[in-house]
Amino acid sequence: MSVSKIDMEDASKLLSALIDRINYLIDIKKDPEWADLDELLERASALRQAQFELSEEEYRSRLERIEDRVSFLEDRVAEKLTPAEIVNIVRSPQRFTLQDILDNVYDSYTELGGDGERNVDPAVVVARATISRRVKNKIYSHQVMVIGHEKGRGEEFRNGGSAKPWGNAKALQYMKVAENEGIPIHFFIFTPGSFPIEDYPGAAQQIARNIYAMAKLRVPMVSFISEGGSGGAEAIGLSDMRLMGSRGYYSVISPEGAAAIEGKIREGQRVPKELIEKCAEQLHMTAADNLKLGTIDKVIEEPALGARRDDFAFFRRLRYEMIKATDEVVLNTKSFKTFRAYALRRKKAEEVESTTFDVVVNWSLTDAETKRLLVHRSHKYRNMGTDFVIEPEESSLPGLKDVKEILKNCYYEARYGLLKTHRRNFQKVLAEVSGEGSVLLRTVTEPVKAAYDFVFPEPERPKRLHRANGVDTQSIFLEEWEQYVSPLANEDRTVTCPNAEKYGCQDLWVPDLYGESCGVCPTCGHHFPLEYQWYLKNLFDRDSFQEFNEHISSGNPLNFEGFGPRLKRDMQRTGRRCAIITADAKIRGIKVVVAMLYSNFRSGTVGTAEGEKFVRACDKARITRRPLLAYIHTTGGIRIQEGTLGVVQMPKCTLAVREYIDSGGLYIVVYDNNSYAGPVASFLGCSPYQFAIRSSRIGFAGPRVIRETTGEDVPPDYHAARNALSRGHIQGIWDRKDFRKNLYDALLRMGSPSLYYR
Amino acid sequence: MAGDINLNDLLRRYRTHPFEDYVVETPHTGKIALKVEQGQEVKGPSGKWGQKPGTLLFVLERERNPKKIYSKSTGVVSEVRTDLDDTFVEAGEPLLTIQHRLNKEEIIDRILKEVLSIYSAPQRARYFLMPEIATQIEKDIEKGVPIKKGDEVLIMSLMKRDTILEYDGEPGVIYKVYFQSGQTVEQGQPLLGVCPPTKLQYVQKVVQRIRTEWDE
Repeated sequence: MSVSKIDMEDASKLLSALIDRINYLIDIKKDPEWADLDELLERASALRQAQFELSEEEYRSRLERIEDRVSFLEDRVAEKLTPAEIVNIVRSPQRFTLQDILDNVYDSYTELGGDGERNVDPAVVVARATISRRVKNKIYSHQVMVIGHEKGRGEEFRNGGSAKPWGNAKALQYMKVAENEGIPIHFFIFTPGSFPIEDYPGAAQQIARNIYAMAKLRVPMVSFISEGGSGGAEAIGLSDMRLMGSRGYYSVISPEGAAAIEGKIREGQRVPKELIEKCAEQLHMTAADNLKLGTIDKVIEEPALGARRDDFAFFRRLRYEMIKATDEVVLNTKSFKTFRAYALRRKKAEEVESTTFDVVVNWSLTDAETKRLLVHRSHKYRNMGTDFVIEPEESSLPGLKDVKEILKNCYYEARYGLLKTHRRNFQKVLAEVSGEGSVLLRTVTEPVKAAYDFVFPEPERPKRLHRANGVDTQSIFLEEWEQYVSPLANEDRTVTCPNAEKYGCQDLWVPDLYGESCGVCPTCGHHFPLEYQWYLKNLFDRDSFQEFNEHISSGNPLNFEGFGPRLKRDMQRTGRRCAIITADAKIRGIKVVVAMLYSNFRSGTVGTAEGEKFVRACDKARITRRPLLAYIHTTGGIRIQEGTLGVVQMPKCTLAVREYIDSGGLYIVVYDNNSYAGPVASFLGCSPYQFAIRSSRIGFAGPRVIRETTGEDVPPDYHAARNALSRGHIQGIWDRKDFRKNLYDALLRMGSPSLYYR
Repeated sequence: MAGDINLNDLLRRYRTHPFEDYVVETPHTGKIALKVEQGQEVKGPSGKWGQKPGTLLFVLERERNPKKIYSKSTGVVSEVRTDLDDTFVEAGEPLLTIQHRLNKEEIIDRILKEVLSIYSAPQRARYFLMPEIATQIEKDIEKGVPIKKGDEVLIMSLMKRDTILEYDGEPGVIYKVYFQSGQTVEQGQPLLGVCPPTKLQYVQKVVQRIRTEWDE
């Protein structure tokens, strides 16, 4: 409506709205001087002051001029929004929050476990809600569990939607409630990242637990991303359908964080604005980018400059899309393609702006449908990012690989699946019958058992290592020492133990330290870092380490500027193609599958290639019924130069781990040196058996990130393995010299009977 | 009076030389590379956990292992053995002295430590004063509460078990209570400072004088 036609009361409301719009533009541009926005704001404020001094006509005409100017500027901004500006939109206090969604998208809701500040973590809000649709003049409501981050309306206690570990634990608690009740879950992600503290249950470990549980949660899940900050987003982000607001961002790291790393900015120094903008662009964090990368399923259109608190049309759209997404997830699980699915698809094809439904879908699933839901979820996440994996064809004959794969699967299924189960059942019956103690019966069963044992002989048990001369030896290192000594030992000098002042350690002569002492201070037991090759030679049986999938190579899928040469340099230096080594190996005769992240290649960061290799290692261990050892020499987290393609490795690998463990596998994680961030917060932290080599550090974020996000300093030994053990994050600490022995013991004591050597 | 002379002596000593001298010696043999000069101000470790090292004093190299030696205290460098720079030295060779200027509180602390007998916590627990002593102290701390060996002075409370502690030091007057009633005190931390009755007035006077007159 034209300004000249509205009454004075509405005109002053319009003026207030205009001031909000100018402030919003300043938020987006982060520069009050852009197009003289500050002057425009001053003009608007002055007009408000002068309302009763001016004639009505003059007032209206000035108002109209301001409105024209604001609309013009809005169009100009919207015409070319940069990724950095989208980040500013997401962070604007005028952007909608979860509260607005609960109020406007759902009919009614009851918040669970929170009332404002009275909440275990006010940054995470959980509610039971009803959402309804109208079909042919009849209203149908559905029950859902809503879990999301609440940024709050200037409420400091909400912590900007940064969930603490116990907030994520609360989310998990209610996911299980929803699973129990069989109702779908709607997740709303509004987080700049998880709050990086190690207090129990631990930022990383809790996210890992959440992802692990969500991988096989038996209800449909739909998530909507407005602000998807890396690990914090993944904690409630693994769902069957991932929607994203067109003005949201989903990223591996904040552009400021990436800029600080890329520009090697020292702590306390200001990061240049241009560098932040460049990084925002390079990280491919917008909705359109993520849709292209396949890390989300659908973009929900927002108004050109992003939806604000009063964009009711957007909320109507969101309601429609949430219902439709849940419908699609549910209908996908039906055994036959229903007409309703067809109706939904047809609507999708037409791209109508409609918000009404022609069909009703019941959101509860039968057991068979739940099974299909989980299979679909598994496919969805396993396939994420695979298009970007660089894998040169190994064999010259196409299709030969598949045939080999099938044959191998059949063999292991027959050997350790069918035959073993059958054998165990038979033995159980035999034992029952023999147990009766009847001599008569035993005379009957003995020959049958003898015949059976002849057909299915006992598999060979792992034996103690034998020396070449046949003498049995207890020492597990003696013979290996003769063949491998760390090259670090080839220096004639001494070093000082970092604990020298505390424990009075003597200076250590390098050849002794890295030779006989295995890099361990003889006085205080401090472990100096050793190269990963040392473990290859000393941990596994001689010549048993056989790598596989060596041909899979890391790449630069986002064409991150300047990253290609760095990657190439690491490849040349290490002679390897990515930061993970996967291999078959033996430990005192027990065959294991090993996945090893090592420090020399991009600090052991995980990207698409590493994720894919890890998933394949999990699958190999599952098929061959072998234990899986993840030895983490060092990991620096998710590779930021791969953006969200790196982030989705978290759910992807966790899913593979979950399927491996569910099938009866034994998954042991051993941390060494430094293990931080994404991998610990997903496929490593979810293991029931996590150990650390002494003097290693385990955590979610490093001290600098903690200082910068929480404003609190942490003690120098905050991430030390012993503190991780005190907090309950790991199950034990191993000395390097006992690694092989402890691992062997662990293999014998833990794990399910379905493993082959059981 | 003996106490009088003692305290005056103490005070005079701190007046003429208000410093604590830290002599820095070489921890082992090696070649020295000095990094500070005579009269230079140096800083001790800082940070909440003392995690940031102080000023680099010298580098001592042995067996190609250059070891950096940092200052453990804040002060001014004096008596630097510049003649030893760039030479090989034996272990335990005094290399320089750091003069740390004492502030009021440090001097008071030192004087009290010399004069008072400290009763410290036998183990980590919550401590309370015996009610009658607490009332007396509340009434008049200036006058002091006399105690002698065998008096029941404290209640140590640990896991809901209360143990009454008897005073076992020199007889005197409770001059200072170092803890709040019901507070958890670590093992070895001071609980009570007991002053011999003859010295009480002088201690009070000296502390008062240091507080008001001492310029830093």
